[in-house]
Amino acid sequence: MNDIFPFLKNLTSASGLSGYETHVAEIIKEKWFPLVDEIQVSQVGSLHGVKRGKSDKPQLSILIATHMDAIGLMVTNIDDGFLSFTSIGGVDPRVLPGQPVYVHASGKKSKDHKPLPGRVVQPSNFLLPPEMTSAVVPIERLIIDTGLTSKQVIELVQVGDLVSFAQEPLALSGETIAAHSLDNRAAVAALTICLEELQTMIHRWDVWAVATVQEEIGLVGAYTSTFQIRPSLAIVVDTTWAKGPGSDDWNTFPMGQGPTFLFGPNIHPKLHGTFKDLAEKLEIPFKIEITGRHSGTDAFATQVVAEGIPTMAICIPIRYMHTPVEVATIKDIQRTGRLLAQFISQLDDDYMKSIELE
Amino acid sequence: MAQTTSLSKKQIQIIERLSNAMAISGDEGEVRKIILDETSPYTSSHKIDSLGNLLIEIKGKGRNRVKVMLAAHMDEVGFMISTDEGDGIYRFETSGGIDLRQLPGKAVMVGKDHFPGVIGARPIHLTSAKERKETIPLSSLRIDLGPGMKSIKPGDGATFGTRFQQIGQSMMGKALDDRLGVGILIDLIKDPPPNIDLQFAFTVQEETGLRGARVAAFSFDPDLAFVIDSTPANDLPTWDGEENHNYNCRLGEGPAIYRADGASFSDPRLVRLTEETAIKEKIPYQFRQPGGGGTDAGSIHTQRSGIPSISISIPGRYAHTAAGLARISDYLNTLKLLKATLKSIPANILEQERK
Repeated sequence: MNDIFPFLKNLTSASGLSGYETHVAEIIKEKWFPLVDEIQVSQVGSLHGVKRGKSDKPQLSILIATHMDAIGLMVTNIDDGFLSFTSIGGVDPRVLPGQPVYVHASGKKSKDHKPLPGRVVQPSNFLLPPEMTSAVVPIERLIIDTGLTSKQVIELVQVGDLVSFAQEPLALSGETIAAHSLDNRAAVAALTICLEELQTMIHRWDVWAVATVQEEIGLVGAYTSTFQIRPSLAIVVDTTWAKGPGSDDWNTFPMGQGPTFLFGPNIHPKLHGTFKDLAEKLEIPFKIEITGRHSGTDAFATQVVAEGIPTMAICIPIRYMHTPVEVATIKDIQRTGRLLAQFISQLDDDYMKSIELE
Repeated sequence: MAQTTSLSKKQIQIIERLSNAMAISGDEGEVRKIILDETSPYTSSHKIDSLGNLLIEIKGKGRNRVKVMLAAHMDEVGFMISTDEGDGIYRFETSGGIDLRQLPGKAVMVGKDHFPGVIGARPIHLTSAKERKETIPLSSLRIDLGPGMKSIKPGDGATFGTRFQQIGQSMMGKALDDRLGVGILIDLIKDPPPNIDLQFAFTVQEETGLRGARVAAFSFDPDLAFVIDSTPANDLPTWDGEENHNYNCRLGEGPAIYRADGASFSDPRLVRLTEETAIKEKIPYQFRQPGGGGTDAGSIHTQRSGIPSISISIPGRYAHTAAGLARISDYLNTLKLLKATLKSIPANILEQERK
């Protein structure tokens, strides 16, 4: 297996906010191109790579969905060269002061929309309403400083320009990575490992590797790609909350001890059972994650496309989700990729019959 | 209005090295080493005192030379590891004045080897709207270095993991307070005005109470002192759209000359000399708004039987956060003003009226 770390670093250095995934999509396309038979981009920008199976019967297919969009910010106002902004996706304003960002400037003088480096800053207490001098400063009062003059900013930046996080990925000890957008680029990396493993394995089913768009703001890619491909099964790979500083709740999972298998109304119970049995057989550790309602993943969408698609969801535990310093272990990503490949290789022509509900 | 030329590649490299180095109060060795690397070809000797101040003297030529101390502090605000909780998770204390609202979600570096780490935050999905309005207390924050980390121990220093960047006419990086002042002093050592005796003090522990400067001034026993620091430029729009009357100083308008801050009044003779020099040499300058805060002048001016002192600062936005911002033109004009002022110090300056 190739070392996934450099690719994951590329993925988490890229922008690709919900609705504007082109940059990261290009990086994924280049990586997947030699691993699949055909690659397409959907009407809404999702990436579809298909690796054909060996079956001679009417073709069964499996779709593996990993969303590639990331949370971020968007410029709402420009005042004397300083930018006000709002968030795209769920961002806790408490992680923003001091945060490095790129402003994707679209103004007339911005050549090729080259990203402008900047920082989110919390204005000095002297410049804030009195009640905010020791309280959390809400997002409307934070600003972005690009270091450029007011005149330069007006020529470069426009209201509506995207702002992505610019924190560089960091290799922490114990084969862990800290980066922005590990939700959900860690899952894209796991799917890539799966495709790499499949190069030397035999599989009867067609495999659709899909990088979906706009998960963070309404599962847009998951609904549309699943409809277009109309697979027999859908597997969603996402991230979940790891235990760690600030989150030791009952619904968090240890990092480095395998992925979680979601269970709940979004999940097909027999498909879930197959994954459990297979992981036990392969001695791949996992935890069961109960999601009683909306799973918070693309699985909520894939399950109800067309006449309904049996769906399973696997999540990689990461720390500090939706901050620019999310942390994941490479081991959990590798385990998830390997498990997906093993699952695909054991799918036969009768599998769909075996999971029919009584 | 700024007389902008540009910094040489070498000058930028030095500032970058200084900004990226780690030197929390009490542990300034890394910055001291950079200064010695840069200045040793230009000096015959140096002294490192018991607190870690780096003291360099350069004697002038001629008679009746005034002894002038020049101080810039080496230390920065940061953190100290306080407890190893296992699995690469550490509790920490802050060192120097840090607003806790600046910490969640940031990259940090820890220890002499600059191990990368992060200060995380609870995922937004697990927080309530009420919780998101509350500042996260230090007791809930941890530095995470990854589960393999074994070699970091309580007492090790840490700071923001920010890398210096030049953006157009600006410099963005951590610890510009006061590595810009350190840079100015290095530039002066390389081209010292010959009419006076220069006593350079690269001081320790400014951020924890101006402590290094106190003993450095005693050792040097100068006639007068110039303190070079970086002062906050709060030149941003106000929340209610009213005119900003509390800007302290502004980027791009030249060195900020102090008349009074929370720790000292600048000597009026030195203020007059500095201002007159700026006007004569057509160097842009501004007066820092009087108010709180303090520089090493706060402890120098009361040392021994009193040392007439002045502070001159390079304006910098967002001090004591992950990244500050300063203008190259302000750095250059501060250097220019300082050189010109030192050159024009009359031998009888302290005999002048204080008015």
